Amino acid sequence: MLDIFSIPLPALFGQLLLGLINGAFYAMLSLGLAVIFGMLNVINFTHGAQYMLGAFAAWLMLTNLSIPFWVSLVLAPLVVGLFGVVIERLLLKRIYHLDHLYGFLLTFGLALVIEGLFQWKWGSSGAPYPAPIPGGYNLGFMFMPAYRGFVVVAALVICLATWYGIERTRLGAYLRAATENPTLVRAFGINVPRLITLTYGLGVALAALAGVLAAPIQQVSALMGTNLVLVVFAVVVIGGMGSIMGSIVTGFGLGLIEGFTKVIYPPASNTVIFVVMALVLMVKPAGLFGQTK
Amino acid sequence: MNNQRYMLAAGLIVLALIGPFVVYPVFLMTALCFALFACAFNLLLGYAGLMSFGHAMFFGMGGYFFGYVVKTAGLPPEVGLLAGVAGAALLGLATGALAIRRQGIYFAMITLAFAQMVYFICVQAPFTGGEDGLQGIPRRALLGGLIPIENDRALYYVVLAIFLFGFAAINRFIHSPFGQVLKAIRDNEQRALSLGYEADRYKLLAFVLSASLAGLAGATKAMVLQFATLTDVSAGMSGEVVLMALVGGLGTVLGPVLGAFVIVAMQNYLASFGEFVLVIQGAIFVVIVMAFRKGLVGEIGDWWRARQKAG
Repeated sequence: MLDIFSIPLPALFGQLLLGLINGAFYAMLSLGLAVIFGMLNVINFTHGAQYMLGAFAAWLMLTNLSIPFWVSLVLAPLVVGLFGVVIERLLLKRIYHLDHLYGFLLTFGLALVIEGLFQWKWGSSGAPYPAPIPGGYNLGFMFMPAYRGFVVVAALVICLATWYGIERTRLGAYLRAATENPTLVRAFGINVPRLITLTYGLGVALAALAGVLAAPIQQVSALMGTNLVLVVFAVVVIGGMGSIMGSIVTGFGLGLIEGFTKVIYPPASNTVIFVVMALVLMVKPAGLFGQTK
Repeated sequence: MNNQRYMLAAGLIVLALIGPFVVYPVFLMTALCFALFACAFNLLLGYAGLMSFGHAMFFGMGGYFFGYVVKTAGLPPEVGLLAGVAGAALLGLATGALAIRRQGIYFAMITLAFAQMVYFICVQAPFTGGEDGLQGIPRRALLGGLIPIENDRALYYVVLAIFLFGFAAINRFIHSPFGQVLKAIRDNEQRALSLGYEADRYKLLAFVLSASLAGLAGATKAMVLQFATLTDVSAGMSGEVVLMALVGGLGTVLGPVLGAFVIVAMQNYLASFGEFVLVIQGAIFVVIVMAFRKGLVGEIGDWWRARQKAG
């Protein structure tokens, strides 16, 4: 029997898989945060609540309208993304000229309202969502539930697609240009305010998509995004918000580190990401992939 | 103008002195603890331009240190208060030294992340009592039996004295040369640096002072309510203190005090609404950021000055 640090191999790989799945969510959420911050100069505290909304939308669609998972995988992000567009048009639009802190406070307040309403209506205990792909595979060294494998692959595809969209397409080029210098891009006749609205809608939809993917793994509950968004903030500080690929790598990497810690020293698994953040702040304050402005 | 200011101060002191005979003393003491907490937070935001979104770690840990020293170690409450301040100051030194390496919104996220780390440690560490917290912290007499704080009204005046001490200390900082440099750094850090002020040292000192006073507030709250729990180190508490300062008026001297009284009173009256209190708090955040960014004291001050000009 091959052992590492006298830990049985299936346990190690099991935790690493869990870490990889958590990492997938960190990556998707920090990606959305970074894209939104780049365009709007707002740290979207509502991100966790919007992730929860995605999961809830899928759950409500299934229980009330019997819409299957694969349809809500498209439909839920669309609905939540539209909700994001409304928020941007009604509220965020009016505070761009203010200090960043006000955007942070506004979105924090929105998160309280949304999570409070859902907690009030549906309580704090979660509702289960049946796994859309049952069964799993025995890989020899570990058992791999089919849906969990799918989530890791899907998250990778989503992250790479976002990277491609921003770094390699025309719309992405507009987006990057508008992040650098909105006034100049406007002078070229591009509707920057609409681009900003679109960016926020897409970032929110990305969070909701992560929420739908998470629904069958976690319990669907009003507070499922509350702690997650705080960890994702640490992930964003560690990676720096300068590069898309940086967010993806940092997200998955930190998930793995967390999974590994769970095997070696379980009590520290909750705090390890914050410890990494402290170390990064000591060595490279701008973040691993960040540029100092 | 100065005359009016003295009259306002005199009026507030009279109110504070007769308060416990009119209103339930425990409510007033809780509000005073939160007022000191909000003032400590506001010192950092209003005068150093640093928004900490993790101040609950100092408030909550202040309470835990007090509880540990008084209940588990059986020492007198004075020692507990000192332990609360010293512990929060050390925690502030450690987290502040790292957090001030980034500015603006990153600073808020980093303090939030550190507070979350402290929260997770508190859930697991044996000395905090985990989910139960520290319950039934004894109220022993202060100064070797001189001040019997078992009595709520007697304790009220002790708490009032602690609050006034903290409030006066903050005002002393703000108006000292140290405070002036701090404001200069807030307004233009590059310029302060070029004048030879080591900005990071000033920021760190402000952070540690703010943390210590938040710790004092937390320790005092544990003395009054006789318990210390996870609620006080949670991210929700960090948000609540921001809300208090915001409601009262960021960067004003009296704003955080007024804000703390408003929010504590609101929570008392709306306690029966359960989760809905969070919704209301969130809605207040949204409304203030959208429409009343100056807060109560700021708006009233504007209205007063406009009236003076007209009259």
